[in-house]
Amino acid sequence: MDKTLSRVKVFTMNELPRDFGKTVRIGSLEIAVFHLINGEIRAIENRCPHKGGVLVEGIVSGQYVFCPMHDWKIDVSTGKVQEPDSGCVKTFQVEVENDDVYIVLSNDIV
Amino acid sequence: MTKSKLVLIGNGMAGVRTIEEILKISRDAFDITIFGAEPYPNYNRILLSKVLQGDTEIKDITLNEWDWYESNNITLHCGEKVVGVDPEKKIVITESGRIEPYDELIIATGSLPFIIPVKGNDKDGVISFRDIKDTNSMIEASKKYKKAAVIGGGLLGLEAAKGLLHLGMDVTVIHKGKFLMERQLDEIAGNLLEKELTQQGMKFLLEKDTKEILGDDRVERISFADGEQLEAELVVMAAGIRPNCTLAKETGIVVNRGIVVDDYLRTSVPNIYAVGECVEHDGNTYGLVAPLFEQGKVLARYICGETTEPYKGTVVSTQLKVSGVEVFSAGDFIEGDGKKAIKVFDEQDGIYKKLVLRENLLVGAVLYGDSSEGNRLFSMITKQTDIGDTTKIALLYSSTESGESLVASMEANEIICGCNGVSKGTIVQAIHEHGCTTVDGIKACTSATRSCGGCKQLVSELLQHTLGSEFDASTIKETICGCTTLSRDEVVAEIREKKLLHTREVMNVLGWKTSNGCSKCRPALNYYIGMVHPLEYEEEAQSKFVNERLHANIQKNGTFSVVPRMYGGVTDPQQLRKIADVAEKYNVKLLKVTGGQRIDMFGIEKEDLPKVWAELDMPSGYAYGKTLRTVKTCVGESFCRFGTQDSISLGVTLEKKLERIATPHKFKMAVSACPRNCAESGIKDLGIVGVDGGWELYVGGNGGTHLRAADLLCKVKTSEEVIEIAGAYFQFYRETGAYLERTSVWVERLGLDNIREVMNDKKQREELNQRLEATKSIQKEPWSQIVNSKKIKTELFEKVNVPVTTN
Repeated sequence: MDKTLSRVKVFTMNELPRDFGKTVRIGSLEIAVFHLINGEIRAIENRCPHKGGVLVEGIVSGQYVFCPMHDWKIDVSTGKVQEPDSGCVKTFQVEVENDDVYIVLSNDIV
Repeated sequence: MTKSKLVLIGNGMAGVRTIEEILKISRDAFDITIFGAEPYPNYNRILLSKVLQGDTEIKDITLNEWDWYESNNITLHCGEKVVGVDPEKKIVITESGRIEPYDELIIATGSLPFIIPVKGNDKDGVISFRDIKDTNSMIEASKKYKKAAVIGGGLLGLEAAKGLLHLGMDVTVIHKGKFLMERQLDEIAGNLLEKELTQQGMKFLLEKDTKEILGDDRVERISFADGEQLEAELVVMAAGIRPNCTLAKETGIVVNRGIVVDDYLRTSVPNIYAVGECVEHDGNTYGLVAPLFEQGKVLARYICGETTEPYKGTVVSTQLKVSGVEVFSAGDFIEGDGKKAIKVFDEQDGIYKKLVLRENLLVGAVLYGDSSEGNRLFSMITKQTDIGDTTKIALLYSSTESGESLVASMEANEIICGCNGVSKGTIVQAIHEHGCTTVDGIKACTSATRSCGGCKQLVSELLQHTLGSEFDASTIKETICGCTTLSRDEVVAEIREKKLLHTREVMNVLGWKTSNGCSKCRPALNYYIGMVHPLEYEEEAQSKFVNERLHANIQKNGTFSVVPRMYGGVTDPQQLRKIADVAEKYNVKLLKVTGGQRIDMFGIEKEDLPKVWAELDMPSGYAYGKTLRTVKTCVGESFCRFGTQDSISLGVTLEKKLERIATPHKFKMAVSACPRNCAESGIKDLGIVGVDGGWELYVGGNGGTHLRAADLLCKVKTSEEVIEIAGAYFQFYRETGAYLERTSVWVERLGLDNIREVMNDKKQREELNQRLEATKSIQKEPWSQIVNSKKIKTELFEKVNVPVTTN
């Protein structure tokens, strides 16, 4: 299968304060985009591997988000679920240019 | 990048558990397809007997909901039986003719009930006890018929019999053996069990050989080899199970009693594996859950290409799930052949314990009447503990008597929940890092106790042990969370003295171990700062749980529910009309009257919340908040012929006075107009009951997980006094309560007398009320604030929709 990359603009930085997340829907895919306290932007699939909780609504703490359903702790940079739970969440590449936030997708995902 | 195709035949506990283990290792390695003959998602078969016994319901025993399959991209063909496998072409064929190719195939077809080969075994009313369908048949039959017979006095048969007894049937258990459960018990324990169950109303026919089942279309009687007959309108066959290996056999896979597998669960045919009850490993077949899960783990690692220890078989233990009976059995429990037994038999209390030793090793145990030592003994059996230095008789005593707790002596890597493979270390970690304080919390966090529930006792002991020792070690100091060594009181004192106004400031100044805190301390600090410095503090939405941040209740599918304020539970036609209009317009999925006398609107999308609030034009009911939830009221003197007081007016006044002010945990109230207590004031954080010539105030009640009747705080004459004391009590709880501590716990921690003393002191009461008023003065209605703020709506409520263009 051909794998091409496409870049979509999702919002500008001022629409998302630090320590918060925003839901981005691309087709049937739902992505949680986080603005970390250090200013960086991270994007992961908006679905906790435990019971499908919406991660975007979790408390963001440093590079981690705590799932609002049962408090699983997930590293938003790697997608790794932290101990004692296990699993992983899909991560997406993010680019920021002049305050515009882009998500980079390989088009076989969408 | 084409993924390998993994097909699972059998949508039951063993197979799905294997898939779960695979997904833990890699979510992307396989395209997964599951075939299940039953029309249900994976459920906990073990608990069917509890459904029959009325302890739980079918809907509560589902292990993987439909959306689990969907969210893990698993294709599920439910109610579709696989009828053939072609290992040459690598395809499976189903009864509907569907052909599904595979790269790897897992067979998890489980077992089939053994139907004893007697004439008439196909008559109506003859069933087995294996699945949801059988369970429902029994429940249905119990409504129409009276006389039931269960063939088989083993684990399954007795659980079925107990269930039928519960359903009101007259139950006779027919057993071929000399005593009950001979695969798990010896004769003494078997006889004790028979005596106990007889007392519960069960009848027994032992050493009976069933010859024929008689009747026209439906069963009417059973006849036995000795010529006797028994009347029966329902016959449950529970004489054992057989591995279901028909499909494997037809495929040309080597089958003995079960599908023969090696230490990596590989069958004789390449790329085909088998797991669970259908398997025969090293000559053994298993019908219990722990071995299946162990096999699943090994298979998952193997199939994902990870290095794994081989599966080496499982020592099994069983516990009978029949209420009022404690039976435990493990390992090799028959003495003789080089094995010696230690026995204790207390005929008076009906307690029997037997340990079987081979030299210095404990190899088996049977406990009847008191199975509390089961876990400890089982651990000694599986660990092969050398007991040469132990006074053997001491083994029989409970750990508390011998002064040593099992959980204390266990190693961190030892398994506590055999069903789900959860170790002591994992549970202790959950207690420390996730703040789990209940068995249910541990269950949600680690899966321990999720399946058979047999380890509940052990988990609860471990909770006690872990939390208890921490309590001692830190000299009566409980820290806020793992991020700090400071207690709640120390942190609050520092916030006050150093005038700390931001959670980040608290963490920096007080030397937090983590730079950004966690989901436990951030909301706690947010509360404490707001409580200490109400006028200066600016609330941090990012340090609040989602519900309080968005002012709505999140539901499991990510939608929200909305509860508008209706003071005192009183509404009017205009409000109801508005609610009805909004519910229709925004496609509300469920309208529900809550326990607190309000209306809850479910299934609202996050983006729609501000619009819904704007159109409702009602204040937030704070159904999501750690604050006053509702004041429930009875109708009182205006209509009720018993009411002696105006409960509605007082309730409305109290609700207006205390609403929106944050408390350590949710705070529920009620006002009843007379001691009949229709508003249930006895189980509220603050409950008020009208009596002749006055009011009684009750505190610390709870109707939730820790059911607690409220304590009488005081009795006063006027509504004004009630309002004053309520304010002081509310503020006192705000100032002294630990975050997430309900009043039911707080009252016990502080002591009712101490609280009463403060409430009796006029000066303190006034000061408390003044501080409460100061806090109240700055509270704003949150929904209208959001509705009027473009910024909050953009930042917190809007989602981004990116249109997809196909090329």
